[in-house]
Amino acid sequence: MIGPRPYLRPAESLWWAYPPYLAYTLREVTGVAVAGYALVLLAGLICLASGESAYAAWLGFLKSPWSLALHLLFLIGMIAHVWSWFQIMPKTMPRLVIGGRVLPQKWITTAGLVVAMVAFIIALLVAAWIRV
Amino acid sequence: MNRPVQGQAMLPDAAAGAVSREIMIEVLRYRSEADPKPAPRTYRVPFTDDMSVLQGLQYIKDHLDGTLSFRWSCRMAICGSCGMMIGAEPKLACMTFLRDYYPGSLTVEPLAHFPIERDLVVSVDGFIKKIEGIYPYLIPKMPRRLEEGEYLQTPSQLARYEPFSDCINCMLCYAACPQFGENPDFIGPGAMALLQRYNGDSRDGAQAKRMELVHTENGAWSCTAVGYCSEVCPKQVDPANAVNQNKTKSALDFFLRVLRRPAHSKSRLSGGGAS
Repeated sequence: MIGPRPYLRPAESLWWAYPPYLAYTLREVTGVAVAGYALVLLAGLICLASGESAYAAWLGFLKSPWSLALHLLFLIGMIAHVWSWFQIMPKTMPRLVIGGRVLPQKWITTAGLVVAMVAFIIALLVAAWIRV
Repeated sequence: MNRPVQGQAMLPDAAAGAVSREIMIEVLRYRSEADPKPAPRTYRVPFTDDMSVLQGLQYIKDHLDGTLSFRWSCRMAICGSCGMMIGAEPKLACMTFLRDYYPGSLTVEPLAHFPIERDLVVSVDGFIKKIEGIYPYLIPKMPRRLEEGEYLQTPSQLARYEPFSDCINCMLCYAACPQFGENPDFIGPGAMALLQRYNGDSRDGAQAKRMELVHTENGAWSCTAVGYCSEVCPKQVDPANAVNQNKTKSALDFFLRVLRRPAHSKSRLSGGGAS
């Protein structure tokens, strides 16, 4: 016998870095931006609980250029994540049968994206209203 | 690397008037009795517009190199035998056309993530064992005697699982799944689609038995929702949907297990161990 049988090819450990897996990798990586947002908010909550000066310091941090750059990065990551996540959402739920017909997956994706967009616009309006 | 090219002949049965062109097909060859490891070999193949990659391989076997091994049977995407990596993508050779790779060349390799037996033939033992392990048959909720008639089902009930019954066991989804590549024990998209075909059937009563398998780390939880398995499926079975809706069910079972304890322990007693 010259070669082993069956022959096991070595596993590709960098599979995530190449197409067709890039969309998946992007979805996973941009999840960090979602966690980042949550951490900033959590820090704000802790500062609020620990007193006025701590809260003022947190507000000061939010206004710093570093924070603005970070939030711009988070926003880009968040938009990419939302887009990618709603593409996969129909795969994560049971098939919706309405009147004997299956609801097309595209409709579920579109509905999710529309809800996300409306929520985003409402959040922006509320923020603008609070500022005024 | 020096890749030998084998010569070509006229396409013997080219239809009168059909234009025959030539394409280079690079095939990953492996014969354990002669090769220490797989190596590519290139063939010059004349083809017409209606020729599939499978027909290209048949041309090689009939006219250029009779030692080439590959699986095929129906030539029309029903038997699921001719799955292979064509241009690094998992595809059925009978459903992929040479014209789409012309001009240029195409590479043909055995299905990714599976052990190679010979040339383009991979070992399917692990996959067969997984299929066997999911109770791939209806276990009636309410067994009926023959005189009681058939088990009835509404179109809505059928629609909930129907695409999952279209699987032809071609294993393209396994070649597309990086998690199966890293963990060959992962039950994988194909077997999970078949599992859902029965678990989603209103007539079936063995959900608890099959869920035992879904709950394990090699069950639904090895999946990270890459989704490529559904993209490569030649029958639109959507195995990613089968796996991921079972994650939701598995999580619900976990959180509701306290409420469901009487029913759950009953199903355990009736012997639902995963094999």
